[in-house]
Amino acid sequence: MASAPSKHYTDDISLLVVTLDTNPFFWSTFSFHFSDFLSQVLAFLNSILLLGQLNQVVVIATGCNSCSYIYDSSSDRNHASTNGTMPALYSNLLHNLDEFAAKDQQLTTDHKPATVPSSLLSGALSMALCYIQRAFRAGPMHPQPRILCLHGSTDGPEQYVAIMNAIFSAQHSSVPVDSCYIGSNNSAFLQQASYITGGIYYRPPQLEGLFQYLSTVFATDLHSREYLRLPKSLGVDFRASCFCHKQTIDMGYVCSVCLSIFCEHHDKCSTCSSVFGQAQSDVASADSRKRKAS
Amino acid sequence: MNNIAGRPLNGDVEDDDEDEANDDGLEAWERAYTEDRSWESLQEDESGLLRPIDTTAVHHAQYRRRLRALASNAATARIQKGLIRYLYIVVDLSKAASERDFRPSRMAVIAKQVESFIREFFDQNPLSHVGLVTTKDGVANCLTDLGGSPESHIKALMGKLECSGDASLQNALELVHSNLNQIPSYGHREVLILYSALSTCDPGDIMETIQKCKKSKIRCSVIGLAAEMFICKHLCQETGGTYSVALDESHFKELILEHSPPPPAIAEYATANLIKMGFPQRAAEGSVAICTCHEEAKTGGGYTCPRCKVRVCELPTECRICGLTLISSPHLARSYHHLFPIVPFAEISPSSQNDPSHNFTNTCFGCQQSLLSQGNKPELSVSCPKCKQQFCLDCDIYIHESLHNCPGCESFRHSKSVTSSQ
Repeated sequence: MASAPSKHYTDDISLLVVTLDTNPFFWSTFSFHFSDFLSQVLAFLNSILLLGQLNQVVVIATGCNSCSYIYDSSSDRNHASTNGTMPALYSNLLHNLDEFAAKDQQLTTDHKPATVPSSLLSGALSMALCYIQRAFRAGPMHPQPRILCLHGSTDGPEQYVAIMNAIFSAQHSSVPVDSCYIGSNNSAFLQQASYITGGIYYRPPQLEGLFQYLSTVFATDLHSREYLRLPKSLGVDFRASCFCHKQTIDMGYVCSVCLSIFCEHHDKCSTCSSVFGQAQSDVASADSRKRKAS
Repeated sequence: MNNIAGRPLNGDVEDDDEDEANDDGLEAWERAYTEDRSWESLQEDESGLLRPIDTTAVHHAQYRRRLRALASNAATARIQKGLIRYLYIVVDLSKAASERDFRPSRMAVIAKQVESFIREFFDQNPLSHVGLVTTKDGVANCLTDLGGSPESHIKALMGKLECSGDASLQNALELVHSNLNQIPSYGHREVLILYSALSTCDPGDIMETIQKCKKSKIRCSVIGLAAEMFICKHLCQETGGTYSVALDESHFKELILEHSPPPPAIAEYATANLIKMGFPQRAAEGSVAICTCHEEAKTGGGYTCPRCKVRVCELPTECRICGLTLISSPHLARSYHHLFPIVPFAEISPSSQNDPSHNFTNTCFGCQQSLLSQGNKPELSVSCPKCKQQFCLDCDIYIHESLHNCPGCESFRHSKSVTSSQ
């Protein structure tokens, strides 16, 4: 006699982990209000839970100083009762989001006024992947996991290595990373993430209709996506940026020891201090001779 | 000699040292099961099917031991790794490789594991090259040249799996030595020999060949499938490689996959150099061009060489027209975690978790799993020394082996340590 959940498990049950950008520096200068954005996202999350009885939704808030889980549909810590004015999902999520925003604000220190600090996308992606690994460990019957990044802040170049590590780990575990980017210019990190992991990158042209874009492009589970005509990637910029000027280059020089990228020929690598063109033992003996002479 | 009743037959007291502790009158085979009753730990799940024995505790303990051993070796020094590797895999196709002690035969196991090793190798070392050499009938042949695409090597290997004759270690080393002399000076030269025979049929003095390889700075490692041989051990000791002998199929798989991450590099072995590389853009969908790898017209996605503007189909590759190495920035980024490893997490014993001064939350920071077992007793967990967040053991394994990011350090802006200048 099979247990009840295994009888209902089909291949279109999904686990959706959403990383929600709550960076206050971005939202305060953006033309679309966070409350309108959040109401459309909450309706979308409710619709995911309605599509299948066994679907799961997890929301991680990406702040500018910290990241944290704010909602888990399969957790038993959710309040079952509501105060009657809104569904249980809304009240749980908003309650946790308020707590998170207050804590995040306390951690703010002064930043350079010219730049808008970026959100900690690498932290949110790492937490999402750990949660998905836990879902894989649960047994042979598990939902198909995927990650959706609702993001608007610009890319922080200091997070490049961490985001790439997360992307490769997602690719290795076959977890697609979808991105719905609402900022002004396209985000190179999210485009690369979606390209490498096999997800969808989409920048909605009109934010008033965000719910429509979310439910037509991002709501379908992985199994049914092959039957749909989804937005194609327009072109991913894979060019690297050089370490000395931070400009994108299409031809450059790479240090063979530490793989740093330079746009012009140097004598010494600024990252690992290896001298180019000479065997390392010659360099060491030249230094020690200099030291002995002085 | 005893009978079942336990009385010595010939009354000799000196024979008693062979029969230890059989006062309870059990046969020797019964004694083996007094402690180990493995059938009693089997369980059934709700549908009546047998549940496999829980090996997670053993797995965790093994993992923690391995991590402690690695940490004590590496200490805190940033050990340089050889990231641009030129590796030759020498496969022994002598008569000994058709033995059936590995199921279905040693040759089949070797072929399957070499295939998965090549894929894993290019995954972890995208800038490196691999070549295949086989040895049989006393000679060594070069099966494929040093190349960067896994499919061509795998296809060539699967076509040539007949075993015969004797293996020749010296001929293989001579062939590899002459081929590896032609590679650029910034590359690290390595050989991995998969040896099933117990003898070698050499035309000259193998000690001279070993000294030649040592002088050319070639790092030779051997994985034996039969038994330990002195000459293999000597070769590995002289050149700085590792020698191991596989006990069974899964042990062989573990041993061969240990060679995929880059080994610690000895700085004098390769000169540092600036390599000119191109970062092509992906062509727009709908553009038509003749690609240089297949020499036919193709539409859609492909890459344009920035120097000579021809189309190539996949990366990483070398442009066939102008010789420029073409890669994309994710390929370089795949190797960054070797250069910026994360620190091993520190164990927290269950007893210190109840200590209120340490402020433990009892849920794993990564996956939100409760760290209390049934009965609200804290289980073994780990914490990151930098951000002090608590993680469960499964997240610990995942973070160190696959993710290479600590979620705690990445999620708190002001505890981030500077890892790169980008």
